[in-house]
Amino acid sequence: MSDLLEFKNVTKTYSHGLLSRVSTTALNNVSLKLETEQPTIMTVAGESGSGKTTLAMLLLGFIEPTSGQILYKGKNIHALRGEERMMFRREVQAVFQDPFAVFNPFYTVDHLLTVPIARFKLAKSKSEARDKMYEALTAVGLRPGDVLGRFPHQLSGGQRQRINVARALVLRPKLLVADEPVSMVDASLRANILETLRGLQKNYGVSIIYITHDLTTAYHIANSIVVLYRGAVMEAGAVDTVIKTPQHPYTRLLIDSIPWPDINRRWGETAIKVRESDLSDHPSVGCRFSSRCPLVMEKCKQSPPLFRLSEHQAASCYLYEQNPAIDPEKLSELLPV
Amino acid sequence: MTPVLQIKNLQVSYYTDAGRARALDGVDLTLTAGEKLGLVGESGSGKSTMALAMMRMIKPPGRIEGGQVIVDGTDLMTLSEQTMLKARLSKIAYIPQGAMNSLNPVTRIGAQMVDAIKAHDEGSSRADIDRRCKLALESVDLSSSVFKMYAHELSGGMKQRACIAISILLKPKVIIADEPTSALDVVTQRQVMETIDRVQKQIGAAVILIGHDMGLMAQFVDKVAVMYTGRIMELSSVRDMFTDPKHPYAQALIRSLPNLENKGVFNGIPGMAPALLQLPGGCAFHPRCSKVMENCKTQRPPSTNISGGRILECHLYSEKA
Repeated sequence: MSDLLEFKNVTKTYSHGLLSRVSTTALNNVSLKLETEQPTIMTVAGESGSGKTTLAMLLLGFIEPTSGQILYKGKNIHALRGEERMMFRREVQAVFQDPFAVFNPFYTVDHLLTVPIARFKLAKSKSEARDKMYEALTAVGLRPGDVLGRFPHQLSGGQRQRINVARALVLRPKLLVADEPVSMVDASLRANILETLRGLQKNYGVSIIYITHDLTTAYHIANSIVVLYRGAVMEAGAVDTVIKTPQHPYTRLLIDSIPWPDINRRWGETAIKVRESDLSDHPSVGCRFSSRCPLVMEKCKQSPPLFRLSEHQAASCYLYEQNPAIDPEKLSELLPV
Repeated sequence: MTPVLQIKNLQVSYYTDAGRARALDGVDLTLTAGEKLGLVGESGSGKSTMALAMMRMIKPPGRIEGGQVIVDGTDLMTLSEQTMLKARLSKIAYIPQGAMNSLNPVTRIGAQMVDAIKAHDEGSSRADIDRRCKLALESVDLSSSVFKMYAHELSGGMKQRACIAISILLKPKVIIADEPTSALDVVTQRQVMETIDRVQKQIGAAVILIGHDMGLMAQFVDKVAVMYTGRIMELSSVRDMFTDPKHPYAQALIRSLPNLENKGVFNGIPGMAPALLQLPGGCAFHPRCSKVMENCKTQRPPSTNISGGRILECHLYSEKA
């Protein structure tokens, strides 16, 4: 069984400064795997600066990893050429955060759908192209008559975001990278878009990597979750287990900070430690969360390995060192599909 | 308790080439000191217009067509431009959407705070001004070194708290916060909201929180007003709103919220908000309403008070009353 996508010990370091090179590790030794046979929705969650967008950029091949490899169907995505490269470009699609910024205001929204169809020669005739557009728009819950022929400014944010999803769908992708697809959309429309994404996975067999800082939506849509903090995996596992019983102090802080729309559930029992101003000197060695962790120990100056807590949960924290440590490369094995 | 803020029949229109858009169509609201009100609605429902109208900051082609905004006994709409300048920040303060980008990038945070005080109290001494600035920074949990910093040296959450510090410098009676945390992640968001909560209690101001994050509303405000096409559809206490919403639109909003119990259930609101230029007749929500009746299409429902101090605009309740 071949893997659809594999991250092998991927590290990405950004360095800047001409004389004194300052480098920031945006992603530190991350290994992930998605299987071809079982489409799944995996959430990558974290605050700003956690490296989640870097992960998306790496995956789409926009930037190259500093070390490690990203394999698509067993082949390094930066070594793909010709036919294979076109295939990768077609089968891996993205939906980005801002539904307002990705449209060219001078074209009607049809443009966004007709260009990929022509580019990848998906239709033999005009009428076939039209059918494909109609099918994709219907699949995301839009009435083609309502949106085709319109300019982007005539559509709502939710409609635009769904056209983005439709554009991705036209290409029959195997993998969709959704980077904060609902964070700029009104709450009442979020449900529609999330439902659309879920339908893609169920009915069209598309695997989705859902990148977000919003754990509420992650909980509703995903099967598994990987929590990142400053480029390192803090906790990973089945989404139900991680969100209902978070173990890592960072995940606990995140989940405790979600404002649930439930007045019987009070917000923020645990206090937030450390002002942001102190964070600039975050540790480059050891646990990256240690400077903010309320339970920090002497040991935390060394990087903790991942400890396996249960069948579908692992945390990178010395609080759980009595549990068996697992190889970071084996992380995907405990993520349910 | 005497109300600190009274809005009566506030109306704002935008005049465009395509016609007149009524962005705010007769809004009434009353708040007492220390009360926190959440203003929710989809984009285009008039939330931000309402904030701008209260500050008298509507720009052409928009115009305030009528109504009163009475803060602490003074109707802001009758003030001269000069007195209105003084009233901003000292009577009513506004934390705009993306406030963190509204700080001046080339002056230090401290200079911007000093400016704000000097513009209102010309007579105060330098020492007094400094003391008040430090106090304001302290109350938003920023160290006094921020006084000498530039905006780019601060993180998003810190900038947002610096804006809050400026807004409370003159101890206003009303603070309007327009999506103060929409660009921040959850942990920082909680920190900023806790800050607003604390300073609001300190100075006893009423707060209007504008946003569409119902989760935030549930955790922060006392009362919720649901807006749709420039009108308040339902005004209820936060508990009533979340446990027993009355207006069909409010019900749909609450039902669309994800929580821990209903995993994988998505209840979006069908249809989309109408364009303000072509509002449907009668109740503006009737094309999307699941309980639409014949008279909803022709008659606009009157504002009705029902038990529990709730105010509704819906024929379902106006008939029973």
